[in-house]
Amino acid sequence: MKRTKALAAKIEGRFIGVGTLQLHHGEVTWTVPVECYPKVARALRDEPDFSFEQLIDLSGIDYLNYANRPWEGPRFAVAVHLLSLHYNVRLRLKTFAPDDDWPVVPSLVEVWPSADWYEREAFDMFGILFEGHPDLRRILTDYGFVGHPLRKDFPVTGYVEMRYDPEKGRVIYQPVTIEPRENTPRIVREAHYGKVE
Amino acid sequence: MTEIKSFTINFGPQHPAAHGVLRLILELEGEVVKRADPHIGLLHRATEKLAETRTWIQSVPYMDRLDYVSMMCNEHAYCLAIERLLGIEVPIRAQYIRVMFDEITRILNHLLNIGTHALDIGAMTMVLYTFREREDLMDAYEAVSGARMHAAYYRPGGVYRDLPDEMPKYEVSPYKDAKQVKALNRAREGSLLDFLEDFCERFEGYLDEYHTLLTDNRIWKQRTVGIGVVSPEEALAWGFTGPMLRGSGVAWDLRKKQPYEVYDRLEFDIPVGKNGDCYDRYLVRMEEMRQSNRIIKQCIDWLRKNPGPVMTDNYKVAPPPRERMKTGMEELIHHFKLMSEGIHVPPGEVYAAVEHPKGEFGVYAISDGANKPFRLKLRAPGFAHLSAMDKMARGHLLADVVAIVGTMDIVFGEIDR
Repeated sequence: MKRTKALAAKIEGRFIGVGTLQLHHGEVTWTVPVECYPKVARALRDEPDFSFEQLIDLSGIDYLNYANRPWEGPRFAVAVHLLSLHYNVRLRLKTFAPDDDWPVVPSLVEVWPSADWYEREAFDMFGILFEGHPDLRRILTDYGFVGHPLRKDFPVTGYVEMRYDPEKGRVIYQPVTIEPRENTPRIVREAHYGKVE
Repeated sequence: MTEIKSFTINFGPQHPAAHGVLRLILELEGEVVKRADPHIGLLHRATEKLAETRTWIQSVPYMDRLDYVSMMCNEHAYCLAIERLLGIEVPIRAQYIRVMFDEITRILNHLLNIGTHALDIGAMTMVLYTFREREDLMDAYEAVSGARMHAAYYRPGGVYRDLPDEMPKYEVSPYKDAKQVKALNRAREGSLLDFLEDFCERFEGYLDEYHTLLTDNRIWKQRTVGIGVVSPEEALAWGFTGPMLRGSGVAWDLRKKQPYEVYDRLEFDIPVGKNGDCYDRYLVRMEEMRQSNRIIKQCIDWLRKNPGPVMTDNYKVAPPPRERMKTGMEELIHHFKLMSEGIHVPPGEVYAAVEHPKGEFGVYAISDGANKPFRLKLRAPGFAHLSAMDKMARGHLLADVVAIVGTMDIVFGEIDR
């Protein structure tokens, strides 16, 4: 807790007015505008006050229908989890892709090489394009896959299914035959429901 | 006609040394690897997407199936994330049980890794011995949860139930006579803790046996010393964690540095490598098993002396006991809401990481206040390790690729998710 507060204070001191800083559950979340994102990342790694040696995780987020309501603002975000071994502290760096139809975010491969596959995964799953990534290919989905499966408007069942066709003597793709279903509905209660807390 | 020197081969996905379904496209020049391009995703089951459509608690068993050789550690990270979002405390006994099973899991994982790694590069015997010990530990899994592997034992708020007072026993069958059964049941007469204590005593000796089999073995050393050398700077830049990072000499272990549960009350050491090659990582794993054994012993001692609840009494998170449910209206309502609708987790985002046997396993959970996760990102250590495959294998011989795949401790359940 002390370390995260110290980190938040250092960020506020060094980057005055850049993005918004939040402290929740003992974690620092720093949302920065997409223009500053690569510059900030480099500073976080190189400056001795921060020295975030490791990029632990990079994840895409699709905020469509957050809390079962229409989301205002840009839909796609990238959240990066950084770890400083020197200060033993973590930081979550977030940035939103400005354009929903063509979400582009600068790549961090130059700063932390471990971002390589994480960005490929975020591209594969969300269709977020990472500008400057040397080899932005799909990584987890099938060869020739269409669509980005973790987007909120992508059905859980997908669009195509694969089966062996005995007549053609090979594996074919066909539209899905299973019906999408939801066993437990997704419920978001209004605040203070049942007068709890 | 020009002579073509370099060629490309396809390694896997059906290859015994590919540890599952790794497909590697290797560009070779003679026998030297020029480029390695891992193709992953052949075991992709969309766990993250599925978790968005299930209630928080329904996803616990999916976590077992991520890294299917260290099941309970995955559950642990997931439960920690939920508990942190809910802001609830876990009973101390449950914390000790979790730590004990985390360390059992670590031994399970390292035994599999060392056994199969040795098998891949030519030492057949190891795997026979390590699987013998794994069997005992999986019996411990079975005793607490009913399942040998996919336990679903950790739950948000604690663990599913307290440790059993008796172990399941072997019975006489056409294949085992009374004498054999008696020998097999020797350690199973008491409780689970007695069984584990007996195992801990024996395991020290087993570890020494493994050392005599491999540590000074000339072939083993020829195949691992100086292979896949990673400098500390590279290990950090490539996102390595766990034994892969410690093998390179970086003393970083979340159990010490960012202690969760009761790790700050237990005594254990963090082994660190020197040269960052496959051999050092092997030694680190061997020593980690010894330290895990130490931790398990301390947990057994504590658990014997301190009975208590193993599940939180917050009925908005964990179901109330059955007896109270039969008589109390309040408890009945809680049970009904919990089973039909699930836990409502307050909005927020949290990243919970544990020191998984393979490295840092993290769960990044975003909740929007619903009974299901809004987004669940699973940070698998193997994913970062495998992404450095190209850099680690470059310039090595084809046969060394197998040694490098082995040392990374690759399990596709967690990489492909």
